[in-house]
Amino acid sequence: MVQYQPSRLDASFAALSDATRRGVLERLGRADASISDLAEAFRMTLTGMRKHVRVLEEARLVTTEKVGRVRTCRLGPHRLADETAWLEEYRRLWNERFDELDKVVEEQLWKERLDDRNDDE
Amino acid sequence: MTATTTNESASVTSGATVDRTSDRELVVTRTINAPARIVFDAWTKPELFQRWWVPRSMPMRLVTCEMDVRVGGGYRLVFDYDGSTFEFFGKYIEVTPPSRLAWTNDEGGGEQVTTVTFDERDGRTHLTIHDLYPSKEALDRAIASGSTGGLPEQLEQLDELLATLDTSEA
Repeated sequence: MVQYQPSRLDASFAALSDATRRGVLERLGRADASISDLAEAFRMTLTGMRKHVRVLEEARLVTTEKVGRVRTCRLGPHRLADETAWLEEYRRLWNERFDELDKVVEEQLWKERLDDRNDDE
Repeated sequence: MTATTTNESASVTSGATVDRTSDRELVVTRTINAPARIVFDAWTKPELFQRWWVPRSMPMRLVTCEMDVRVGGGYRLVFDYDGSTFEFFGKYIEVTPPSRLAWTNDEGGGEQVTTVTFDERDGRTHLTIHDLYPSKEALDRAIASGSTGGLPEQLEQLDELLATLDTSEA
C-alpha cells in the first residue's frame, strides 16, 4: 500500500471532482495553454478560470509560469511520465480487480456444486 | 506499446495483460478459473459485480449499482469518495450470455465502447476486455490526463495520484 498525505490527496481529489477542471487537464494534456486560452475554450471569465487553475495548482496537477503579461499553464508533476508507466498502472489496477473476481467466482462455483448435490438428494 | 506480463507457469492463475492494440484501442486479458456462465454472472449481476469492481487499494465505495442487462438496457454506477459522489452510466449494446457483453460509456459525452468476451476452454474462461475510443486523440488524451477507458475516470486519476504521491512526496 502506498503512503500518501491525506491533505494532499484530498486537494487532488477535490481538484478532479469538477468537470471543467478535468477538461482543463485534458486540454493541457494536448498542449500548454494560457489562462485566457483556457477561459476562451471553456467559455468562462478570466477570473473564473483563474480560480479553477489555482485549485489545480494547489493539487500540483498543473504548474503555471508568468512570462510578461501571459500566464502559461502546463500539466504538473502528478502526471505519469509516459504511456508505458500508465499502462503498467492500469494493469496493476485490473490485477487487483481480477483477484477479487477470482474469489467471487470461486464462491459461486461452490454454491453451484452444493445446489447440485442438494438437488440429487 | 505494451505493458504485458508473460506467464511463465501456465498452471497458476496469471496476471492480467494490458496492450494498446491500435491508436484507439486498449485490450485487457486474463484467464479466470471457472466456466464462462459463472464469470458472465459476476459481470452482470449487481450483487456480485459490486464485490469486485472497486480495487481494494482505493478509498472508494460503489454505493449504487444498477444494471438492466439487455440490449438497450442501461446501467448506472455511483461511487462515493469521502462524501463526494461520481456517476457513470451507459447502455448495453450487445448481450449474448455467456460469451459476449458490450456497453457504451456515456458519462464523458464521447462514443467509447467496451466489449467483454468470455471464451471458455477446458472449464476456464479467457476474458478479453476491449475498449474502443472514438479517435486516437481521445485515447492519447485519456492517457495524458491519467484517465482510462472502461474505468471510472476519477478512480483512475485517484489511483494515479496515489502512485505518484509515493514517489514525489518522498
